[in-house]
Amino acid sequence: MAIIEQTGTDVTAAPPSPPEQGHGHGGHGGPGPSAALTNPKLAMWLFLASDCLFFGAFISAYLLYRGREQDGPTPRELFDIPFTSATSFILLMSSLGMVLALAAIQRGDHRRFRLWIMATALFGATFVAGQIFEFTEFYRKGLSLDTNLFGSSFFVLTGFHGAHVCMGILWLLSLWGMSMQGRLGPEKAESVEIAGLYWHFVDVVWIVIFTVIYLMPQPGT
Amino acid sequence: MTTVEKAPPVSRRDVGLLRRPRATTGFASWITTVDHKKIGILYVCTALVFFVLGGVEALLIRLQLFGPNGTVLTAGQYNQMFTMHGTTMVFLVGMPIAIGLGNYFVPLQIGARDVAFPRINMFGYWVVLLGGIFMYSSFFLGGAPDGGWFGYTPLTSAPLDSGFLPGRGPDFWTMGLILLGIGSTTSAINFIVTCINMRCPGMSLLRMPVFTWMMLVIAFLTLFAIPPVTVALTMVFFDRNFGTLFFDPAAGGDPLLYQHLFWIFGHPEVYILILPGMGIVSETLPVFSRKPLFGYAIVVFSGIAIGFLGWGVWAHHMFVTGLGPVAISAFGLATMLIAIPTGVKIFNWLGTVWGGSVRLTTSMLFSLGFIAMFTIGGLSGVMHSVVPADTQQTDTYFVVAHFHYVLFGGLILALFAGFYYWYPKVFGRMLDERMGKLNFWTMFIGFNLTFAPMHLLGLWGQPRRTYRYDEGLGWEALNQLVTVGSFIIAFSVLVFIVNAVVSKSRGKVAGDDPWDGRTLEWSISSPPPEYNFAEIPEVHSRDDFWHRKYTEDDEGRLVPLPSGGAEAHAAAGHDGHGIHLPSPSYFPLVTALGLPILGYAAVFQNVWLALLGAVVLLYGIYAWAIEPAD
Repeated sequence: MAIIEQTGTDVTAAPPSPPEQGHGHGGHGGPGPSAALTNPKLAMWLFLASDCLFFGAFISAYLLYRGREQDGPTPRELFDIPFTSATSFILLMSSLGMVLALAAIQRGDHRRFRLWIMATALFGATFVAGQIFEFTEFYRKGLSLDTNLFGSSFFVLTGFHGAHVCMGILWLLSLWGMSMQGRLGPEKAESVEIAGLYWHFVDVVWIVIFTVIYLMPQPGT
Repeated sequence: MTTVEKAPPVSRRDVGLLRRPRATTGFASWITTVDHKKIGILYVCTALVFFVLGGVEALLIRLQLFGPNGTVLTAGQYNQMFTMHGTTMVFLVGMPIAIGLGNYFVPLQIGARDVAFPRINMFGYWVVLLGGIFMYSSFFLGGAPDGGWFGYTPLTSAPLDSGFLPGRGPDFWTMGLILLGIGSTTSAINFIVTCINMRCPGMSLLRMPVFTWMMLVIAFLTLFAIPPVTVALTMVFFDRNFGTLFFDPAAGGDPLLYQHLFWIFGHPEVYILILPGMGIVSETLPVFSRKPLFGYAIVVFSGIAIGFLGWGVWAHHMFVTGLGPVAISAFGLATMLIAIPTGVKIFNWLGTVWGGSVRLTTSMLFSLGFIAMFTIGGLSGVMHSVVPADTQQTDTYFVVAHFHYVLFGGLILALFAGFYYWYPKVFGRMLDERMGKLNFWTMFIGFNLTFAPMHLLGLWGQPRRTYRYDEGLGWEALNQLVTVGSFIIAFSVLVFIVNAVVSKSRGKVAGDDPWDGRTLEWSISSPPPEYNFAEIPEVHSRDDFWHRKYTEDDEGRLVPLPSGGAEAHAAAGHDGHGIHLPSPSYFPLVTALGLPILGYAAVFQNVWLALLGAVVLLYGIYAWAIEPAD
């Protein structure tokens, strides 16, 4: 995975510790005996590990309740798999934009960084727009939170994922804004990398959710 | 050896509405501090206030149960009391005290100047304080949570208009716990990064003091235990308020899913509570026995083993739910396995005391009390792993007796051992030993009077969570004894509070190393300077500070080193000038303030409040991000 390789190269070519790193002792020395990851990066990995269980629990609930809907529309009647595949593809492509944005900021190429970070955010926004369209479409066809267990577990799981994507978009746009103001020098490349970790994670989670919800054969087929 | 560096010029750019705080003393310094030591004190003091509140709730419960058909509380009030007592003691007392002590002593024990993320550290504290206030405000806003600290569905998830659990209590409970979970997760990340990245040179993982080790283990447990319960609470909130059907059996929902998600959190949570206590006595017993910890590595690995096994035993809370014989056998066996690393630790502590020159200080008495009481609680725990026995004991006072022996006799006694042990380091003065001994004996006797009879009451069939019992069941005498015992505990806590307040100004001056300690926190002044270590220490062995003070002769007897620890005072003349420390900040508080506002918005379904909360939260986050970290 590209991210991990970059982590390795980053340490050797480390720019001076940016203040945001939050070393309690003001950038002296460097972290302890086994610092393979800087503090913020390690913290982000830990948060993502924790978030895995967050989605894991929702996905478990979804799997438990598959095929248990008693009335109202069922997944087979509602899903438009080509449409959702298209928006999923757009979300996955946004990860490429993220990689290119990170490469650009590490080179110090701010113009390209802003281009790619904006493209990533727009791809993400397209995905969210697709999700909103899908939600309204399902709602129109009679599925809401309180229709049946499918409605409950589908909307809550994909809704929380969508909320994660929205947070990510906000984060990317903030980085774009900071870059426009000239506050995002090459020494801040790590904060872009961390945003990237989050973004890729949200994408990877979507691959799992998409597979579980849309691609696995529906019960009763 | 790292030396002190010149502080880089600090940018004092002011952000937005709030100027960069500069106060180093007084109220402003406490609300803006990012010093891990001040945050540790804040955590412990806050938790002690909640300890008193949770204690008052317990006393009300005991007054109600003093005699048959008690009339002190109504059934509804009684439900609120036991719900808030449990919730408070677990989330607002046990966890914050451990996090507070860890905050103060983990950086000192690993030779660091602060934690990895000082501002996130302060944010975590504010979330815990505001989350606690949020939950307690429910008493004035239509009734406190009353669905039990475990909040079983479908009772708690029945829609608001269904008439089950009317009032906003359960919503305060779900939102409050989600808030506190956010706080705990941030502290967990902070502890892990600190323990992994901030250790001083030479402090390899297997040289870390056991208390620090246990804080690292519980940080991992917290990190992975909080998300499942957050999900469960979210589902309950949605079921109650937005009509989802997750736990509605009529629609095919499965209330047992809630129990699984809750106990996947709940059982690791038990170890999150007890492991810091085990860490504390692993510090005090060697010091007061003047011997190294017997089998350091096995104590550490047992702690890790408990952490791992803790994930495989959650269903022993659910033996009577009808999981089927295979599942309950597997979970029963896994539960028995936990007894092995726990038993190993008990023998290690005994081996540490064995043959040592024991000093029976108050801290040592609490530590020894911990071993005895925790062993009793552990043994009744093993009884619960035997499924047929557990089936009889479920929902009786026997279970209440068991977990109070573990959490009060275990955790609380260990925390008091820690208070008496570390108070001199924090405040520079000793806690009074005579009051301390009174504190210990009243607590020890009161504790046993309160909880030992509950074993019998449980075996005689007294059910938990029922607000009164009939005459003539033979429970009267023991219930009276229990209530008397609980008031003796209350007296004991009062003695401690008086002791802590009086000793802060009048206690005997402690000096740097009053107990002849072994770990790095005793190598610096009491109270420690803001920068902790004038020079970042370099350690060469486990218990490095001890080896700077003592060596052994040919027959293994201790011989003090004549220099009194050459390195210990190497930096004595250093005034710490020029050591760069992270600057205080308002934004952890501002950001944290956004969360309870969002909580109130969710409970009362108020869009304007939600917008306000979102604005405060976003303002806090952006201002925080833009503000230079130091």
